[in-house]
Amino acid sequence: MPGFGLSFGYTVFYLCMLVLLPLSAVVVKSTGLSWGEFWTTVTSPRVLASYRLTFGAAFIGASINAVFGLLVAWVLVRYRFPFSRFVDALVDLPFALPTAVAGIALTAVYGPNGWIGSHLEAIGIKVAFTPLGIIVALTFIGLPFVVRTVQPVLQDLGRDMEEAAASLGASRVQVFRCVIFPELVPAILTGFALAFARGIGEYGSVVFISGNMPMKTEIVPLLIITKLEQFDYTGATAIALVMLVFSFVLLLIINALQRLTSRHLADTGW
Amino acid sequence: MKKVPAVRPQGCLYDPRISPGLTEPYSLRLLLITLSLGFLGLFLVLPLILVFSQALQKGFAVYLASIADSDALSAIRLTLVTAVISVTLNLAFGLAAAWAITKFRFKGKGIIVSLIDLPFAVSPVVAGLIFVLLFGLHGWFGPWLSDHNIRIIFAVPGIVLATMFVTLPFVARELIPLMQSQGTDEEEAALTLGANGMQTFVRVTLPNIAWGLLYGVILCNSRAMGEFGAVSVVSGHLRGLTNTLPLHVEILYNEYKFAAAFAVASLLSLLALVTIVARSILEWRLHRRMTVDTMGGELR
Repeated sequence: MPGFGLSFGYTVFYLCMLVLLPLSAVVVKSTGLSWGEFWTTVTSPRVLASYRLTFGAAFIGASINAVFGLLVAWVLVRYRFPFSRFVDALVDLPFALPTAVAGIALTAVYGPNGWIGSHLEAIGIKVAFTPLGIIVALTFIGLPFVVRTVQPVLQDLGRDMEEAAASLGASRVQVFRCVIFPELVPAILTGFALAFARGIGEYGSVVFISGNMPMKTEIVPLLIITKLEQFDYTGATAIALVMLVFSFVLLLIINALQRLTSRHLADTGW
Repeated sequence: MKKVPAVRPQGCLYDPRISPGLTEPYSLRLLLITLSLGFLGLFLVLPLILVFSQALQKGFAVYLASIADSDALSAIRLTLVTAVISVTLNLAFGLAAAWAITKFRFKGKGIIVSLIDLPFAVSPVVAGLIFVLLFGLHGWFGPWLSDHNIRIIFAVPGIVLATMFVTLPFVARELIPLMQSQGTDEEEAALTLGANGMQTFVRVTLPNIAWGLLYGVILCNSRAMGEFGAVSVVSGHLRGLTNTLPLHVEILYNEYKFAAAFAVASLLSLLALVTIVARSILEWRLHRRMTVDTMGGELR
């Protein structure tokens, strides 16, 4: 095979220039701070409040998606209903819609004068400009992940085990709980982790609906931008480094989960 | 006496392939379908309808005027330029990376594959920040750049760089599994028959991966045109100069020009719809289900 030198060399060069060198800047810039300074920066009350909000909202959003993602995947794979192919394609919308558009659209729908927001306001629930709004945005953004990880597993799941269980007298609930659900757990967890990881870094769809009040509705990515705008480059970089470490840990967990999912499939005869 | 099983009600949701004992009762099926459609309606369909209804609320003339506005036009131009440059470069990178990874054996392949995935794991805001740290006024190359009167941050090159970073994985991630499954037999046959490397690549490899390539390019382009967080950090928001379409939407929205903001947003929504449709068609063409890690897997 020809072309190894060229393709390999170009790949490594491109990755170094565009990925390794820029990312190493975050680490190097952070070493400009002493350990004590670094620690005070990344654990100041305002930063801690934004971690709590970001991780909490991403966790709740990913949990909502774990439940409804399983439901949507189940309905799309198992039931036949009109326009199901159209619905299937629509699930990808959050991947394809620019986050800024999602942000302003969700704000308008769930805002005080919005189609849904006005009704919720009437019964005393404020969505936009509260942490609830952030959860709505992160639910939207993470919606496809669980559906798209569970769907193929559910599709490849043979019917024979269900048939065996049913013929041995298991009720439908028992079949789902003891036969189907355990097979889906790794895929649900993978989807959950992907949605969560995406949620903690998300910026575009959240800034419009969150209201951006320090200590209350300020997410970590926004805090990084605020620090940059105040020319506090080291502060912004220190927080970015914390987020990078979290992202890498999540990436490792997701890779392990994905290996588990494929081995799980291999065990069931695939 | 044998017990005759009760006849179950069968509606339009009845699936003759599945015996009643292996599916849920009709009422439960109906409930589950209604629940999931309700969820998708609240979170996906309503916002999408809202974009178009808000865009057209002041009539079609206002809609056209907000798109034909000179700032909007320059935002469209910058978005197109950025997308063309970043898609082209990432396409070349994707081809080179997939060729090196799938046609040869070498040490450290796993590291290269993980590095390709890395931009998906990084928050868009951090993706913008890293280029500020490199090329900003106080960055590593900042003083040298300002001595030579070159602007990268708060200018077009910074926008292109940030977009290239966030869209780097798309084409490569699409091509690697595809070329892996195709192996090297056909290329080896062509080489033995006397074709040179370039001929083999253009006549044998490219036709084999054409659909996968197109798929990767469509996803890459969709993200390149829609990127907001990373671009917002490096752009500086100079109207008519460093505003891409998503940034223009933000500016109009923050100025309470809602009809105009949603008009521009409707263009991006149309792009998203076209992307989804093209994707469904290509998926059917590629005869496989997409996996989360190809699009958006981005962990963006």
